[in-house]
Amino acid sequence: MNLEYGPEYERFRDEVRDFLARNGKRAPESAQRAARPTTDAVAWQNLLLEHGYTARTIPREYGGYGAEPDILEARIIAEEFARACVPGGLSNQGVSMLVPTLLELGTEEQKRRWIEPTLRGEIVWCQGYSEPGAGSDLASLRTSAREENGHFVINGQKIWTSTARQADMIFCLVRTETEAPKHAGISYLIFSMDLPGIEVRPLKTMTGHAEFNETFFTDVRVPVDQIVGQRGQGWFVANATLGHERGMLGDPDALENRLLALIRLMQEEQIGSARAIDNPVLRDRLVALQAEVAAMKYNGMRVLSNQLKGESGGMAKLIVKLQSCELAHQISALAIDAMGEMGILYAESPREREGGVWQWNYMFQLGLIIGGGTAQIQKNIIAERGLNMPREPRLALDAAQSRKGVA
Amino acid sequence: MDFGLSPEQEMLRDTVGRCLAETCPLDHVRSCSETGSAVSDQVMAALHDIGLTGLLVPEVHGGLGMTLLDAAVVAEQLGRAVAPAPFLALSVLAPLALMLAGSAAQQAEWLPRIASGAVRFGVAIAGIVEERDGVRVRADGGRLTGTALFALDFAGADYFIVGDVSGRLHLLAAASTGVERIALQTIDTTRSIGELRLTGAIAEPLADDGGLAARRLRDAGRVLLAADSLGAGEAMIEKAVAYAGEREQFGRVIGSFQAVKHMCAEMAARHEPCRALVWYAAHAFDTDPEEAALVACHAKSLTGEVHRFVARTATEVHGGMGFTDLLGLHFWFKRIGFDRQVLGGPERVRSDAAQLQGLTATT
Repeated sequence: MNLEYGPEYERFRDEVRDFLARNGKRAPESAQRAARPTTDAVAWQNLLLEHGYTARTIPREYGGYGAEPDILEARIIAEEFARACVPGGLSNQGVSMLVPTLLELGTEEQKRRWIEPTLRGEIVWCQGYSEPGAGSDLASLRTSAREENGHFVINGQKIWTSTARQADMIFCLVRTETEAPKHAGISYLIFSMDLPGIEVRPLKTMTGHAEFNETFFTDVRVPVDQIVGQRGQGWFVANATLGHERGMLGDPDALENRLLALIRLMQEEQIGSARAIDNPVLRDRLVALQAEVAAMKYNGMRVLSNQLKGESGGMAKLIVKLQSCELAHQISALAIDAMGEMGILYAESPREREGGVWQWNYMFQLGLIIGGGTAQIQKNIIAERGLNMPREPRLALDAAQSRKGVA
Repeated sequence: MDFGLSPEQEMLRDTVGRCLAETCPLDHVRSCSETGSAVSDQVMAALHDIGLTGLLVPEVHGGLGMTLLDAAVVAEQLGRAVAPAPFLALSVLAPLALMLAGSAAQQAEWLPRIASGAVRFGVAIAGIVEERDGVRVRADGGRLTGTALFALDFAGADYFIVGDVSGRLHLLAAASTGVERIALQTIDTTRSIGELRLTGAIAEPLADDGGLAARRLRDAGRVLLAADSLGAGEAMIEKAVAYAGEREQFGRVIGSFQAVKHMCAEMAARHEPCRALVWYAAHAFDTDPEEAALVACHAKSLTGEVHRFVARTATEVHGGMGFTDLLGLHFWFKRIGFDRQVLGGPERVRSDAAQLQGLTATT
């Protein structure tokens, strides 16, 4: 057990701290969540790109900083930005999902054309994966793309397309091979959201806001060269990015920061003449969550160490999405309980606390438990890949198709 | 940066694991339990042969001079094997007490004898966690009077480290005049625990340090109980997964039913982060006394909660068989129950954690 990063890395940490001390004030307030980055956020992003505090390992010719991959440097940057409560680089779906996919599987032309403007916040992407009939069973998607005169002609519907209203572009899974087994009939296309035949309808959720959309395609024509990977390989291409998304949803620094915010809330919220935190039942729940957050923090360090040694994260990694999302949800639940009757205030009500963020979190985090691979799918993955338990027997048709797909 | 066990610690883990696989199969655990003995001579001898008795004793006093993280590695294996052998008090807390609060003369007298196995120690510090049944131990002029509950590694101990009401530690010979030893029966037949009724028993005080050593003992004990729970919990998950892969109902192995698979996944998902927390808590005890008490609380309370869930869920995965004595699953179930309550159950420990951070009311 050695938790020292060593003098070289501590020098790097000092550099990051120094940068944050000098420039932290220029950071926009939480650049992350806005669908379309504000001017401030774009300026901040460009400053981070220039210093290599985001897109650090992406080659310079594609607009990155061109540093060698170094897990500890990445970790130090994340730690210091979290410590300073300053937002890091953009982590929208373009940056966190499309860019890694193009780096891995895109053509040279695609990399040069799309990566840099995406990193600079000039192009905003949305993701067209899920459909009303294809959620956990994503490979059963039915949005079709038939080839006609050098174009794919797309018809169908996507759902959960967050940022679709603001997005310039979409990366989208479509069925190109109608006769092939379901996993082998999918292609990964990238195209403009301005094309004729695309209609975006906001999808209002339980939070009262429309964080997502439904996107409809009617005879949308996309040039055939706007495909990533080959025809029929889209499932493989998409899986390269789903891994990135799951990684994104489990951030131990974010959990720690939420817990600190909860402690502050419980110290400030007065119930009669006592603070919420003086209630022994609430305090007990708080400390129980604190233990869980600590465990996830050290679990994250363990995964990091495994990666440094070139080992797979193993079980410690497989459980991160399930546990982190659940924990985040429980932190919000306790915040609401600690506020008591004040906990129901929402929608800019008088006396509302912190802009109603805890209620919003409580609801939205339930969405995160479901999205990005539901809790139940996560449990299947943990059981099948982590514990080597047998798969659910599949329908005969499915099984036959998979065999054909393998052959 | 390397968060994890060193190659030496992995070797220690494997050595202890192999040793217990040979000397402490379930049949042996069962026969010890049936004869009412929580101390298996064969397991004790085997552990002694690989030097574990003096694990923490400094090399100058004939031990291995290892750390609490090393001890946690061993404790995990003992929990995994539900081993009926003294360890927590004998090999960890008693040497620690002498190392933290013993004079040079006391250390020179006792530590080599602990390491060599010439004497066996129990430790009674439950009173510093909470007073129960209104009993306590008072020290007066080198004599101890009162009752100390939940003395660990009780059976066969020649000496005890006893904490008095002020938190000061004393070294007491079990055979002294004025010492009455009463064994307590618990759910867990693999561990021996008891009470000491003291009436003016002559004892040798350790340093008057304001209870510091006693608190360090409590923290170390909490970490090691968490580590023991970790091993026992992991064994239960493995058994549940193995059983679910063999047992067939409705023409399929039950492990292919999502209902069963998800029970196993939930156990694994809650159990896995405990490992990192226990390792860190042990490491903090060795390197960062400021933080150690708090992380020890976190490790103790989280493993207490998680492994209670694991113990019941793994039993349920085994269906009716899990409930019988035949599979012996209950040895792990009960070991986890013991680990959870001793030196403070989760609520007690979380209340300590809140206090340590100044989260409790200041008025």
